[in-house]
Amino acid sequence: MLKFVLQRLATVIPTLFFVSILIFGLQQLLPGDPAIALAGEERDPETIRYLREKFHLDEPLYVRYWYWASGVVRGDLGDSVRIQKPVTELIMEKLPVTIQLATMAMIIALVIGITAGVISAVKKDTWWDYGANVFALWGLSTPNFWLGILLILLFAVQLGWLPASGYVSPFEDLKANLAAMIMPAFVLGNAIAAVLMRHTRSAMLQVLSSDYVRTARAKGLDERVVVMKHALRNALIPVITLGALEFGTLLSGAVLTEQVFTIPGFGKLIVDAVFNRDYSVVQGVVLFTATVYITLNLLADVAYFLVNPRLRH
Amino acid sequence: MAAVVFETIDASPGRRAVRRLARRAGAVFGFAVVVFFILIALLAPWLAPYDPVATSWSAVRAAPSAAHWFGADELGRDVLSRIIWGTRASILAGVVSVSISLALGVPIGMLTGYLGRWVDALISRVTDAMLACPFLILAIALAAFLGPSLTNAMIAIGISATPIFIRLTRAQVLAAKAEDYVEAARALGNPHLRIALRHILPNIVAPLIVQATLAIAAAVIAEASLSFLGLGQQPPAPSWGSMLNTARNYVDQAPWMAIWPGLSIFLLVLSFNLLGDGLRDALDPRHK
Repeated sequence: MLKFVLQRLATVIPTLFFVSILIFGLQQLLPGDPAIALAGEERDPETIRYLREKFHLDEPLYVRYWYWASGVVRGDLGDSVRIQKPVTELIMEKLPVTIQLATMAMIIALVIGITAGVISAVKKDTWWDYGANVFALWGLSTPNFWLGILLILLFAVQLGWLPASGYVSPFEDLKANLAAMIMPAFVLGNAIAAVLMRHTRSAMLQVLSSDYVRTARAKGLDERVVVMKHALRNALIPVITLGALEFGTLLSGAVLTEQVFTIPGFGKLIVDAVFNRDYSVVQGVVLFTATVYITLNLLADVAYFLVNPRLRH
Repeated sequence: MAAVVFETIDASPGRRAVRRLARRAGAVFGFAVVVFFILIALLAPWLAPYDPVATSWSAVRAAPSAAHWFGADELGRDVLSRIIWGTRASILAGVVSVSISLALGVPIGMLTGYLGRWVDALISRVTDAMLACPFLILAIALAAFLGPSLTNAMIAIGISATPIFIRLTRAQVLAAKAEDYVEAARALGNPHLRIALRHILPNIVAPLIVQATLAIAAAVIAEASLSFLGLGQQPPAPSWGSMLNTARNYVDQAPWMAIWPGLSIFLLVLSFNLLGDGLRDALDPRHK
């Protein structure tokens, strides 16, 4: 076990190193003097001088990378030029909102995706199966910002059941918070539900044709017990680990969903930073996202290793 | 039955793949809709009833009517004309960004898979690093640093999608390298470049075509997303994504501004997905 974790960690470190080079390299894409570009619209000479000094812009590239990377290792992702706050602090402020949105979206995706996948596999080549496949194609092809606008049109404008946008903290008013978050969570979960449905369907089809399921059926067990207890439990292992890899889709989707529903989360932070030309925030958010993604990948691998005894031997 | 078998064996692999594709209703539908949109993009100047950027104060947020089939937007511009011209941005973004990914990803992937050793180790880590950044977030960051425009959005999407093609090509080359025909080509003394280009490349084209078709679908959504965020096509030039961004503010007064551009993105992406799924089944009979 320890050997496996160490082996995986050995690949994670160079990946993180290259991620840092990639994100540091983004700054080099800025046309002209990076200090002027980083200073934002105002181009305050004081800020430009401060930035030139802070980012060691008169030094060679590798020296600048070294200063930047050593700051990152200490948890210093730089400061926001616009808001005058450390990027780490900004990320930590916005993160809980996105975590709530992502968690709700994942729950919705798991419930819809796994249910549709199981039904589709059990009722293979029936209208249920075709329906579930159409749902998956719909989920994969619908831009989530459009789905968001359509839901606002239906549930907020036409029916008046839910608020069109905005955010209320769950600690202030839980009911209002859930009312504001349910539509964005559904929008975000929709595409992932489609992916999970496809994974569940293929995993279930494989398990349902295996020997132990045939044995369970031959013993005369109720079909529901065979499907839910024998087949689903085994089919879910790869589905859950693959689900962890959907984190990227979740965050990419959150950027758009938060924009549509005006939710002050992580996604909105990066979009606002882009428009304010607050490049340190953009770099910080990408770096943070990539690090979390790599960590989740590692945890998914370890979890898969733990639940799959064949890998341990 | 015998005639069918004879005909199947007689036909070239390409023709057999086309026949398998033609038997799939979804793929045929996808292909037809893609061709339909390409024709709209090409014939936009003749098809659009109005100038897509011409404003008309008398038609501000006009509901769909005989004069404006899809209604008009907040500046009185004809929504149908903007949808027709917007097709160009979407198709162009899909094709150009995937071409960038292919142009970068295939040679790098072939080099990695063919040479192996430290080249493979190095490029694989770089690919892992790029894949660790969620696709759209990387595209947003690249577009932000390059500056907002349709060209830069296409470059950003193309670069962000490149690692998928590097990985796919590498895996295909690694599998092909172990095949007898590559061994035979090597034994005959063919130079490496010739083996890679004349023997391996034609044999790995099928999965690349499938991936490219599915990647166009992803690129169309990505372009619409970037334009929605204001990082793609710049106003007043029409783009489905930027039309949706504006429509968001008028959803209660002019819902038609949101319905048509979204439906267009959905249809085009769905069609590329259906075509990609069909191609996968047609080109790789093992994948059902």
